[in-house]
Amino acid sequence: MNVPAGLRYTDSHEWVRNESDGTLTVGITDFAQEALGDLVFVELPAVGRQLASGEACAVVESVKAASDVYAPLAGEVVAVNADLPQQPESLNADAYAAWLFRLRPAPGADTGRLLEAAAYAANIAQEK
Amino acid sequence: MLKRTPLYETHVASGAKMVDFGGWEMPLHYGSQIEEHHAVRRDAGMFDVSHMRVVDVDGVDVREYLRWLFANDVAKLERGRALYTCMLREDGGVLDDLIAYWTDQPSFRLVVNAATADKDAAWMRKVLATRGFACGLTPRPDLALIAVQGPQARARLARVAPAAAAVVAGLVPFASAHVDGLFIGRTGYTGEDGCEIALPPARAVELWRALAADGVAPCGLGARDTLRLEAGMNLYGNDMDETVSPLESGLGWTVDLRTDRHFVGRAALEAQAARGGVRRQVGLLLKDRSAGVLRAHQRVSTAHGGGEITSGTFGPTVGASIALARVPAGVEPGSSVAVELRGRSVPVDVVRPPFVRHGRVLAAT
Repeated sequence: MNVPAGLRYTDSHEWVRNESDGTLTVGITDFAQEALGDLVFVELPAVGRQLASGEACAVVESVKAASDVYAPLAGEVVAVNADLPQQPESLNADAYAAWLFRLRPAPGADTGRLLEAAAYAANIAQEK
Repeated sequence: MLKRTPLYETHVASGAKMVDFGGWEMPLHYGSQIEEHHAVRRDAGMFDVSHMRVVDVDGVDVREYLRWLFANDVAKLERGRALYTCMLREDGGVLDDLIAYWTDQPSFRLVVNAATADKDAAWMRKVLATRGFACGLTPRPDLALIAVQGPQARARLARVAPAAAAVVAGLVPFASAHVDGLFIGRTGYTGEDGCEIALPPARAVELWRALAADGVAPCGLGARDTLRLEAGMNLYGNDMDETVSPLESGLGWTVDLRTDRHFVGRAALEAQAARGGVRRQVGLLLKDRSAGVLRAHQRVSTAHGGGEITSGTFGPTVGASIALARVPAGVEPGSSVAVELRGRSVPVDVVRPPFVRHGRVLAAT
């Protein structure tokens, strides 16, 4: 199972990447795409939306099931991956390239939900 | 402990994602259910359907018995042909759907659904006992079942089972034959050409491996569902059950009322038809890919009242979300209705199933 070291993760199978401008890029992990199966639908949050930590803010749907995607921490949506809704299958091909949205963290936002790669890898090893 | 078919080890060795399907450990897919779906429409794929139950029926009264038991009429069959039918309760509710193959002079082979196999057997024995037909029922849980489906399915089967090749080539749709230790029916649940084969377990493993080596794609339950729904085929438990009649489930065409034959449920169906206003089954097509996926139990709003989706999915060949729905009488193909999808009211097109026939998309998207 692919768990890149340079990213952080949540218990709900999102990955998070720090960008140089202070924003965070968010996607779903390889574990999540594999569990869902062939993805056919993605719904992304509106740019400008304010999110609370852990708030359901996007939907990924496979042929067999729909799944919510949760904000890894509080912040504002500053960008979404506009290509993704037309090609949901790209998430299955490379979950770490097919980002969902970018977040500007709220001042003092609690990063407590975020896991280092090793901790996330240990979590999913138990789930399997 | 889940039940396993004779092909369980083969599936696991192929990297199948196994799931609990009604108490059976079955392959959901082998990597991508969408790729498996396309393989069947374009070439050939195969399904382990050994969880389904074969029941052989024979005896002097076999024809009379099955004419009593089934809503479709086996009397119209030629020897060696099969038909699709529902088996009903007295009140017209559907107990199961199945295929009945007339295999030999006093013999029929039935293939019934896995989840209903025990219920069906108990019902069939009860009818035998109370009506006194001189017949024997022989369930065949010893047989494995493999479905090979797709435009190249029969050619591939003939190649890996050359002793059966001439028979396979000569089978017309809905005909069956025993050859080379295989029972082969030219039937299927995908809307493509192909065969369903009943065979002993050891032979099933051997045949599956030979077909895989010849390039036939192993396909799981995920692809089975998207294929059958695109083909407009019902799934028992979703699209119909004991609480609804075939008339309300798009299966009126399988009910044969042309003679005065009595069959279980006939009076109830005729009364229902006479009362009028019978709910009907329609197909739904959601062209807007940004709205989501149609799913069973979503509410449908129409000009004639409310209805419900019974089966929904994303159809890979159609390239859009499709569904079967039960709606009030008066809703017609060519119109538009609304589905409640994640809190929003989404317009969908009403179409007459199937959505795909012989690999071709019928409805415009």
